[in-house]
Amino acid sequence: MALLEVNDLRTYFHTREGVVKAVDGVSFKVEAGETVGIVGESGSGKSVTCYSLLQLIPQPPGRIEGGTAKFGDLDLLSLGESEIRKVRGKRIGLIFQDPMTSLNPYLKISTQLMEPLLIHGKISKKEALERAIAELDAVGIPEPEKRIHSYPHEFSGGMRQRVMIAMALITRPEILIADEPTTALDVTIQRQVLDLIKSRQEELGTAVIFITHDLAVVSEVCDQVNVMYAGRFVERADVKTLFSSPRHAYTRALQRSIPALQSRGGKLYTIPGLPPNLAQGIEGCAFAPRCPEHEGMPEHSAVRPALTELEPGHWVQDCPACLAVKLTA
Amino acid sequence: MSYLELQNLTKHFTKREGWIGSGTTTVKAVDDVSLRIEKGEILGLVGESGCGKSTLSRLVMQLLTPTSGSVVLEGERLADLPPNEIRKRRRDFQMIFQDPYASLNPRMTVFSTLSEAILTRKTELKSDRKGLEAAVSGLMERVGLDSRYIRKYPHEFSGGQRQRIAIARALGPEPKLILADEPVSALDVSIQSQILNLLRELRDELELTMIFISHDLSVVRYIADRIAVMDEGKIVEIGESDAVFDSPQSETTKLLLSAIPQIR
Repeated sequence: MALLEVNDLRTYFHTREGVVKAVDGVSFKVEAGETVGIVGESGSGKSVTCYSLLQLIPQPPGRIEGGTAKFGDLDLLSLGESEIRKVRGKRIGLIFQDPMTSLNPYLKISTQLMEPLLIHGKISKKEALERAIAELDAVGIPEPEKRIHSYPHEFSGGMRQRVMIAMALITRPEILIADEPTTALDVTIQRQVLDLIKSRQEELGTAVIFITHDLAVVSEVCDQVNVMYAGRFVERADVKTLFSSPRHAYTRALQRSIPALQSRGGKLYTIPGLPPNLAQGIEGCAFAPRCPEHEGMPEHSAVRPALTELEPGHWVQDCPACLAVKLTA
Repeated sequence: MSYLELQNLTKHFTKREGWIGSGTTTVKAVDDVSLRIEKGEILGLVGESGCGKSTLSRLVMQLLTPTSGSVVLEGERLADLPPNEIRKRRRDFQMIFQDPYASLNPRMTVFSTLSEAILTRKTELKSDRKGLEAAVSGLMERVGLDSRYIRKYPHEFSGGQRQRIAIARALGPEPKLILADEPVSALDVSIQSQILNLLRELRDELELTMIFISHDLSVVRYIADRIAVMDEGKIVEIGESDAVFDSPQSETTKLLLSAIPQIR
């Protein structure tokens, strides 16, 4: 049985402009120890998906409208506040994009690193400090017994993200949710942080849900990849298949728009238009307005296409047009 | 004559340390940098954080005074000019910043942000409301924004659109030199391409000279004609983009290249 099994998750925001269906029927599984990626543009609903699992959506305006998230014998979506607290930060850890804003500037690293241990377990302060130092050491902070008494501003951006990783993993969670953990960092520091997440994951056997907009990062760290668009998954496959034979027009367009893969001089490929406004109901294929259509192509699906399994393990939204589009260089 | 020339540019920062600042340490943020940029050229400046690329850009922009060396713009040493002349010259060199959320005033509409920029050059539009409005609309369209949004505030735009506003603002004073400091690193990959395309188009149309700062070599390679790699305040490698990319000479360049995430 999968470690986490999310089924038909729907999270809506009730705003003055209407109901924003930020996550509209998302299902996925996370097996123990594997890395599942969720890729998409800003506003596609990838963060809301993960925050829903931990009930971190501000309610109101947000509301989890339906679905289940089976985690062992628990359904994360229907847990009460006191029960979800036992999961949040203990069995499921979280790291955020911006380590500058997610660490408390007033508190020493030691206080912040020991906090999860003191809250979630019966442990003395002395023991907690020892474990916190060991954890800092494990994420590659030099002189951890000295540095642990520093404040966040005394660390560089990359070091702060290391501290965040230590904080998230110190309780030995079964799942780590990493929400754009390297987006705010330099490429060289990004490389170090990605390597660190990978090595800690291998040492501890933690499963990781990795949220990012960067397909190149996905290809380096993930086993399974879900491509998200307008609140739904448009394609899911193992990382090799997704990059060698992507099927959905959106996945292919995303891949083509990576600057690193394009040659100099010519115009960079971009996806025309903008993601749809989720406050206005979407009918039919959500990608249709931006799809690079050409002659002799079938029509876009008139109802919102369902995710169907093309080949074992390779799921695609079943829109005839999006599957048929030719994207020539 | 090169359009912009940096001659042995150096900036040291001195930090007081110890008991009542008795000891000092010197950080050589920019250390004897010399380079030339031709008119219409895009120079990419890359390096890790802390390598001195932002300090260098602030020296070029005359926001910092160099410890030694000079910035020569169209044959004139900027340091020799009186302050009011530099103020006038400032229209000629504009900056685009990394974070369009922070660099736009949230309480100013697109119209007020852009008209302020336009009026630095075209003072005659001050009393010509219609003409000013037309100029703002024209500027918005040039960077790919719908001019119907002229009365909107920055928070009503997406990240990519905001960066377009920031670019329009930089173009407002009709500059000759644009210094773009990590203009796409805060944006989604799919939006990055749009902004890079726009910057290139503008360079071709307006014959802009551009310094493009980034930590991401793959982005710089696409947009820059030449790339300068910085490390510890020095330029460790400079050359044609493809040459730097395909046969890197310095260790810093090799390190930056190896850090780029690869699709495998």
